[in-house]
Amino acid sequence: MDDLVQVTDRGLFVPAANVYIDPWQPVERAVITHAHSDHARAGHRLYLAHPVTGALLQTRLGSSISLQTLPYGKKLRLGSVQVSFHPAGHVPGSAQVRLEFRGRVCVVSGDYKRHSDGLSAPFEPVRCHMFLTESTFGLPVFRWEPAETLGQRLCLWVTEQLAQGRHVCLTGYSLGKAQRLIRILNEAWIVPFVHPAIEIINQTLKRCGIRPGNYSALSEYKKSLGPAVILLPPAAVDRLPAGISGPFVRAACSGWMAVRGMKRRQNLDKGFALSDHADWPGLLKTMEESEAERVWVTHGFAEPLARYMQERGRQAEALRTAWTETPEEAA
Amino acid sequence: MKQFAELCEALDSTTSTGERLSLLTAYFREASPVDARCALALFSGWRPPRLLKSTELRALAAELSGIPLWLVEESYHFVGDLGETLALLMADEATPSPSSGAPEDSLHGLLLHMNSLRQASHEEIRSFVLRQWKSLDTTGRLIFNKLIAGSFRLGVASRLAITAFAQAFGLSEETVAHRVAGDWNPLADDPFSAGESEPDLALKPFPFCLAYSVENTLASLGTPSDFLLEYKWDGIRCQIVRREGRMALWSRGGESLDKAFPELVQAASFLPSDTILDGEILLVRQGRVMPFTELQKRIGRKDPSPTLLKKYPVMFLAFDLLMHKGEDIRSQPLRHRRALLENLIVPDGDLLRLNEGFNVRSWEEAAQLRQAAPDRGAEGIMIKHLDSPYVSGRKRHIWWKWKVDPYTVDAVLLYAQAGHGRRAGLYTDFTFALWHEGRLVPFAKAYSGLTDEEMAEVNRFIRHNTLEKFGPVRSVKPQLVFELAFESLQRSNRHKSGVAVRFPRILRWRRDKQPHEADSLQTLLNLLAKVHPE
Repeated sequence: MDDLVQVTDRGLFVPAANVYIDPWQPVERAVITHAHSDHARAGHRLYLAHPVTGALLQTRLGSSISLQTLPYGKKLRLGSVQVSFHPAGHVPGSAQVRLEFRGRVCVVSGDYKRHSDGLSAPFEPVRCHMFLTESTFGLPVFRWEPAETLGQRLCLWVTEQLAQGRHVCLTGYSLGKAQRLIRILNEAWIVPFVHPAIEIINQTLKRCGIRPGNYSALSEYKKSLGPAVILLPPAAVDRLPAGISGPFVRAACSGWMAVRGMKRRQNLDKGFALSDHADWPGLLKTMEESEAERVWVTHGFAEPLARYMQERGRQAEALRTAWTETPEEAA
Repeated sequence: MKQFAELCEALDSTTSTGERLSLLTAYFREASPVDARCALALFSGWRPPRLLKSTELRALAAELSGIPLWLVEESYHFVGDLGETLALLMADEATPSPSSGAPEDSLHGLLLHMNSLRQASHEEIRSFVLRQWKSLDTTGRLIFNKLIAGSFRLGVASRLAITAFAQAFGLSEETVAHRVAGDWNPLADDPFSAGESEPDLALKPFPFCLAYSVENTLASLGTPSDFLLEYKWDGIRCQIVRREGRMALWSRGGESLDKAFPELVQAASFLPSDTILDGEILLVRQGRVMPFTELQKRIGRKDPSPTLLKKYPVMFLAFDLLMHKGEDIRSQPLRHRRALLENLIVPDGDLLRLNEGFNVRSWEEAAQLRQAAPDRGAEGIMIKHLDSPYVSGRKRHIWWKWKVDPYTVDAVLLYAQAGHGRRAGLYTDFTFALWHEGRLVPFAKAYSGLTDEEMAEVNRFIRHNTLEKFGPVRSVKPQLVFELAFESLQRSNRHKSGVAVRFPRILRWRRDKQPHEADSLQTLLNLLAKVHPE
């Protein structure tokens, strides 16, 4: 595709710096955009990441990994390439990777969103010659409702369910989505109980100075507390956690919930399209602001988004990578 | 309309049947009578006239949203529902103007307006749709789009709506079910205002009695001599209603079959007045029951020509009597109904014929009867308790069906297409192939049979092994082998393989098999030669 970045079967490779970005096979040196599992895999010899992502990597992959961290905006020379991280707004610690080589700039977006979530450093547009963008929600049917009204709707629904004596199970990724949900619920004076997987992430974030909001551990739940709001990772939503019983409702919080079929398939009571990715207008705006001459589109709806850009006179190309977030996996 | 949209939204926000029932009951009570009637009609399968073809709607959405048509299509393939796709694409225009008090603000008013536009010009329809899109909120727009796109389905079983309606108005479920049966138009008819003697009401079918499959041992059903056995036919289930001077033929789905089978309507005129029969329409040539695919050539052909009638001769095989001399005898035991039926219909009639009944002394005899079914062109046997009443819908211990074991082959997955509705965004529609002269020839499509986990795994395989994309369809690396089951097969010129199979479905994933170990087309052709010798 280009001499600066190439797709190989191990991942996106930057030859001049001899590093891979979010590789899917074990490599010598890996630059990690954020700590979600499809981007941050185990088995690399050396990891380079933003300090918050670094702390999360140690939590998830073990403290024994070899890690070098780089704050947003600071430049690091790798081989003949200047590498720097810029906020992607996706989850705490998430970064776009800017690569500068012989006067040309390429930006690899990682996953990103354009609206602020109050937790992650807000997205910063970076001008570049070449831009590699994600396209998880790259169809025009994805247009997010403003976060405030969605938050209000969610709290209203949760309150109604509690009032009718039902537990409420909300699912969302342990990193990012869970903390957003805690904060949204706190706005309505609701303190949720969180699954241990979320608790671990919360502890790590606290160590990095990021406050996840008020919550309780699931183990603290007592029957006398009545109906509870329980935050769970996307897996394991079929029944209530051990120690809790009674009628309950289930809702997923994910951009996929914008489509009714997705919700119905999982037999959920409710879905909230609360996303940590850019929606269609967000993707278009970002490509525009990058001022890039060439755009590569990867994981998600790469083909349609690339074709749409081509028709608007842009040099755009779909790129096949192994980063995936499918509706089934994201729930 | 707002009230109805809110009902739909609330129904969609719960998976509890009890809660859905109380939502529906509350709606029926609070809505105006005409709105309640329209809602009941919609939930029990009635659709307003289609104003725009699906392609016209897509083009309109493309034009209004400024999104290229191909991208509207791409979005539709993902979302899996045209009405919903349009609502999502139009989300930006969401500036609902306050209710104007126009007649079309009510559900009934809206449907009436749609009805009045049936003959209208494209321009008029377009401006109507635009006006609605502008004045409705997101939920309202979704429901409206589903109505105009003909995709109104909200996962509410018609039975539930009928129960709710009955509760709301203190009627019996039987009465409601009967009155909404068949082909009725809530904009023209009010089935709840007239008395029982109203002629249109009298021409309606009764709710059909359905059977459960035999799952346990036959011995668990009871004593063999308490049952009547019949062949189970793969035709069109039909009730013939003869009231005073009029006749009507109804399918199980409530469609009128009068136009498609005029010879049966004529034959029914020989029945005594005030009779309702239940039975099966079959295509029979030289005494042999033909496969369903032959009968299909008659379905949908309104007012068929004499040539067609001759080429595809049908008959009605009667197996139950529901109304006799104007009396509803459904609550009487089957042995009694059957005796009356035998007095009415002869076993060797040309167009109306009595379905043969068997009494057996042992379950072994029943098994033998089932085994003989394919030779008779039947797909198995029915086992009906002689003391059973004719019930609405499915009830245990009344009617059982026992089909013959299906045919099976091992085939290779070749193409995949994303599903619709609850299967949106998931590759669920598969095309399978068999070997023929060193190549894989597609022969069947199948949609069901995998567990959710297997489905997720097959989907991952498809995403990572796509060879080519043709619109919504992907061709995949021929690697996965599945055992497919099907009910019957016959020659076909329309299929590449030369064979058409009926009700193909996935029996299991053969992880133990390599693609080259899948069956060949010859296996199927040999089977065909055995079942339908030329």
